[in-house]
Amino acid sequence: MQKFANPARFLKLAETLLPPIWGVTILAFAAGLYMSLVTAPPDYQQGETVRIMFVHVPAAWMALMVYTSMAAASIMAAIFRHPLADMAAKAAAPIGAMFCLLALITGSLWGKPMWGAWWVWDARLTSVFVLLLLYLGYMAVWQAIEDPHRAALIARIVAIAGFINVPIVKFSVDWWNSLHQGASVFRMGGPTIDARMLWPLLIMALAYTLLFVGLLLVAMRSEIAQRKLRQLRLAGIEGR
Amino acid sequence: MKLIWALIRRDLTLATRQGGGAGTAIGFFVTVIVLLPLGLGPDQALLQRIAPGALWIALLLSVLLSAERIFQADYEDGSLDAMALGVVPLELVVLAKAMAHWLTTSLPLAVVAPLFGFLINLDPQDILPLWLAMMLGSIFLSLLAALGAAITVALRRGGLLVSLLILPFYVPCLIFGVAASRASELVQPSLLILTALVLASFVLVPVAAAAALRAYLK
Repeated sequence: MQKFANPARFLKLAETLLPPIWGVTILAFAAGLYMSLVTAPPDYQQGETVRIMFVHVPAAWMALMVYTSMAAASIMAAIFRHPLADMAAKAAAPIGAMFCLLALITGSLWGKPMWGAWWVWDARLTSVFVLLLLYLGYMAVWQAIEDPHRAALIARIVAIAGFINVPIVKFSVDWWNSLHQGASVFRMGGPTIDARMLWPLLIMALAYTLLFVGLLLVAMRSEIAQRKLRQLRLAGIEGR
Repeated sequence: MKLIWALIRRDLTLATRQGGGAGTAIGFFVTVIVLLPLGLGPDQALLQRIAPGALWIALLLSVLLSAERIFQADYEDGSLDAMALGVVPLELVVLAKAMAHWLTTSLPLAVVAPLFGFLINLDPQDILPLWLAMMLGSIFLSLLAALGAAITVALRRGGLLVSLLILPFYVPCLIFGVAASRASELVQPSLLILTALVLASFVLVPVAAAAALRAYLK
């Protein structure tokens, strides 16, 4: 890990990794969307609306995964002083917030025909909404504090404190009676979902993950460029 | 321990001499409660149904309103630097400050809140559970407010950011607080969960808030 503490080395790695990542992302999205929209069977109860699942479920997984990786990066930054860890967490936040928003929007589009309501205030929906607020609060900290070093220190605390919500989101359907269905893929005793639906779902999840990695690398690259620019500007002011 | 008492006493003295601590917060609390029937209409049955939740929300907002000031004055005049250099660990300073905030703002609010419940037709049966739940929950509210205050201590427009950061953390307290405030079989388990929240924040908040203060004092 420490090898990539050098931003120049990181940039080089990002440069070589990005084209193949984009290629595989496009392939995975093409295969995943084809399978989920064409070959996957309609649900025996929900009919064709079940296809919303292939967009909704991976987005929700990603919302949790991105926040978890943000918290992990923040812990890494606090313990090992890895210079890129704070940047990774900062760059991941808006991406995760978009996944979270996507999960909420597709969820409410799915909820209207199935539950008869765009939104219900039950444990799962509420905790995901809180997750979105945590993303926004984290981003606001970076916005509000001018000095990037200080902002990094404060943002770490916010990210780690907010992580407490992630297990609450995951287990909300088990702990409370929820309108939202329980876990049917990652559960003890194996998935209960049919293989013809499971495969497109997993491929879509792979596509989302690759999309996240690609966007993260791009965002980190622009973050590094921004810091360089800031430093040059400061040097310019001092030189005058 | 003596030093921690001294810290708490100092804050209490400051709050009483300067005025505006609990008084302003209670004034804000009453205003929110009074605005409510004006916005919703004077339907007594409706007001009775929403009274515990409304009182809780007014409590959250009033506590948040005063949160910003927990560390701000001490940060600006440099006393916080002195406290950070002193023999009392910064974590315990945070705890002392949070307790002082609880004693001067949250606790008085929790004590008088059920009285103002009469303004919105609170069911007399609910008074006792509401009182208990609010006294307990207000400790959690003050501790989290201290965390928010520490995170934003040097920011010029910190107040709004405190709300954005801390309100999500208030959600569990609100949910279980309201559940514990209605005379029903839910009171006891909800009170237990509230207690768990208070105890957990007692341990975790001072560490996080002290880390945030150190980042600013550097």
